[in-house]
Amino acid sequence: MNISVELHQKEPLIINGIIKGEIDAFTAPILREKLAEIDIKENLQVIIDLTDVSYMDSTGLGVFVGFYKSINASNSHMELIGLSSRLKRLFDITGLGEIMDIQASSGEVKIDETV
Amino acid sequence: MKPFDYVEIRVPAKPQYVSVARLTISGLANRVGFTYDEIEDLKIAASEAITNAVQHAYTEDEDCEVVIGCALYEAKMEIMVADHGKSFDFEETKAKVGPYNELEEISFLREGGLGLYLIETLMDEVKVHQQEGVTVFMTKHVGVEQVDGNVEHISS
Repeated sequence: MNISVELHQKEPLIINGIIKGEIDAFTAPILREKLAEIDIKENLQVIIDLTDVSYMDSTGLGVFVGFYKSINASNSHMELIGLSSRLKRLFDITGLGEIMDIQASSGEVKIDETV
Repeated sequence: MKPFDYVEIRVPAKPQYVSVARLTISGLANRVGFTYDEIEDLKIAASEAITNAVQHAYTEDEDCEVVIGCALYEAKMEIMVADHGKSFDFEETKAKVGPYNELEEISFLREGGLGLYLIETLMDEVKVHQQEGVTVFMTKHVGVEQVDGNVEHISS
């Protein structure tokens, strides 16, 4: 199982991220390292698309909590977009959904055909 | 005849095998007849327990194995995860695990933060046994909704 993390800086204060794959004990450190490469300046906007994240557990939540903390400390903003109903639920049952800026995917429920 | 089918999975206590075990458990849960959402819950809960075991084993012995015992019933699945790498007698170990005190010995399981909380939330019953390492025992029944049902079920 793999993960791919892409980061694009379109404007000086906007970073778009796209994560694809599974976030678990093996891939979470890869994601953490990649996010740590972001040079967090004041008023930075980081928008991360999770549309193609097919699995995530507490290891992934831990990475986003850590990143959210450093973003907040610099007066910047993190937004997670494209969450499937499964991912949205994970944020909601842990209470993180109320703290972080998360957007569920607009479309229908994504079904993982590989189950 | 045993009232359940038993499948044991042994993997090296390394993070790259958590997804392998998860995929197997997903397949077994499908056999039992869980819904899509229930299977996703089981995948997360089992992964949390296996991740705990991997991280716990890592600090002690790099050659350790994680043993995952799965008992498949008519409409129920029991999963036992042990971090000490030794095979167990499922029924015998099951009799030893008990409810745990929120505040006491289990604090180390909470170090990772949300892992044990998610297991508790996503499964029907969770028990822990601590002797020669840690054994987490969890049960999920088909058709018992854990978290309120905003999530729509998809029938297969």
